[in-house]
Amino acid sequence: MKRRAAIAGLGQTAFSKDIGLPERTIALQAIAAALDDAGLTPADVDGLVRFDLESTTEVEIARNLGIPSLRFFAALPYGGGAGCATVALAAMAIATGQASVVVCWRARNRSSGGRPWAGTGAGVPGDKQFTAPYGLVRPVDQIAMLARRHMHEYGTTSAHFGMAAVACRKHAARNPAAMMREPITLADHQASRLVSDPLRKLDCCLETDGALAVVVTSVERARDLRQRPAVVLAAAQASGERHFVMTDYYGRHFLETPTTFVARDLFARAGVAPGDIDVAQIYDAFTPLVLFTLEELGFCAAGESGPLVSTGILEWPDGDLPTNTSGGGLSEAYVHGFNLILEGARQIRGTSTCQVEGAALSLVTSGAGVPTSALILCRD
Amino acid sequence: MAIPQRPLPQPDDATRPYWEAARRRELVVQRCGSCETLRFPPQPMCDACRSMTVECVRMSGRGTVFSFVVAHPPVLPAFQERAPFAIVLVELEDDPRLRIIGNLLDAPAEAACIGLPVEVVFEDVTETVTLPQWRPRGR
Ligand SMILES: [Zn+2]
Repeated sequence: MKRRAAIAGLGQTAFSKDIGLPERTIALQAIAAALDDAGLTPADVDGLVRFDLESTTEVEIARNLGIPSLRFFAALPYGGGAGCATVALAAMAIATGQASVVVCWRARNRSSGGRPWAGTGAGVPGDKQFTAPYGLVRPVDQIAMLARRHMHEYGTTSAHFGMAAVACRKHAARNPAAMMREPITLADHQASRLVSDPLRKLDCCLETDGALAVVVTSVERARDLRQRPAVVLAAAQASGERHFVMTDYYGRHFLETPTTFVARDLFARAGVAPGDIDVAQIYDAFTPLVLFTLEELGFCAAGESGPLVSTGILEWPDGDLPTNTSGGGLSEAYVHGFNLILEGARQIRGTSTCQVEGAALSLVTSGAGVPTSALILCRD
Repeated sequence: MAIPQRPLPQPDDATRPYWEAARRRELVVQRCGSCETLRFPPQPMCDACRSMTVECVRMSGRGTVFSFVVAHPPVLPAFQERAPFAIVLVELEDDPRLRIIGNLLDAPAEAACIGLPVEVVFEDVTETVTLPQWRPRGR
């Protein structure tokens, strides 16, 4: 699959607190924009890959866009962990001849549509029956449980987490599409209210209405289209042992997330090392996830991410690994991390508002803590 | 105004013995009937030997806090009045590979810390549901 497929089209709606349109409508807008960007039409599309949480089905998308026939479609699980996996599956379908042009998308009115955890029912089945009765229902609490242990084991601090928030906001300030563009300081982060101690409001991603889509096709075909192709160099998807929801409370290795297993395959398949990566988009529903991901992907050893981010590594243009260069989920928009994929592709195109000069290897990761996926994009 | 009901466990075939034991004020975990590995949460198959024979064994009820958070609003309505409240992940003294989530009772949220010795207590939350919970104990 190496270098067989490329992201050829990018589309997105505005990001807002209340977009005032149904998820189906914004999904169609984003997909249509991505096809226009690529210079393709619905008649060219023969594959669709979505998140299983997506509220609009493939057949509705096809019906509305006027796609004459689909020969490949799938829906991928585990919330934000599905993001890069949609592109990976599209690339597999293209590399194996199952489809020629595949659209992947995420449309989510997570702001106006309310907080999923607030709908926790009176009777809780499955894994959550051992957590929800204790009020452990919010994603922030689940990640805070990991963060607390990381602080205990390695001396990581709240200010270390804050470095990710500050970097994302600095980048968002340059991005007209970002929801939050007012710069923040570490002091602002430390002064923000506690949500799930040790995590604060500015450790949490935004609540966003919005949709994004990408068009994936063969590298050969992408060369003839409108944009510079962002080639899929490698992709990986993984879950670890004995996985439960967002945090392996019961796991033998408490701080180990599926990202460890993504890293094992991603770099081997790409034939590159973490130090070769020019720019990264790291899933940032909560700031600690950025630090944990740096460790698990091998940018530093376990426990060393706090001191590492304190060097300013995440900040464009001077950091060694400019990260979340559109502002990420913390400051551009939180659409289950799908905006990270588009920004990863823009870095290869050379069109980011925080463009890394000559970026040749662009890393994107999806949901951390959950079974997840990642991509390395490269130039043709 | 009455406090809204908190979410309640909905037992299945594997988890029912755990919740029935809690009703009797006993903390139990599964023990593989074949290789005797202890496991929590309950599941039908032993991931060490694939046996589906299972027993319930009572735990001492003693443990230490392995990690914790203090939840501040916004929280579920059922927890609004007690916020900020501590959610603890307790490592059992019987086998450190076993961890269980609960709340810290009989102590302010600020008392929560990693390594805090705790013991199980049982909170009747409805006429039919009892939750294993945790409170500080002497060392
Ligand atoms: Zn066994």
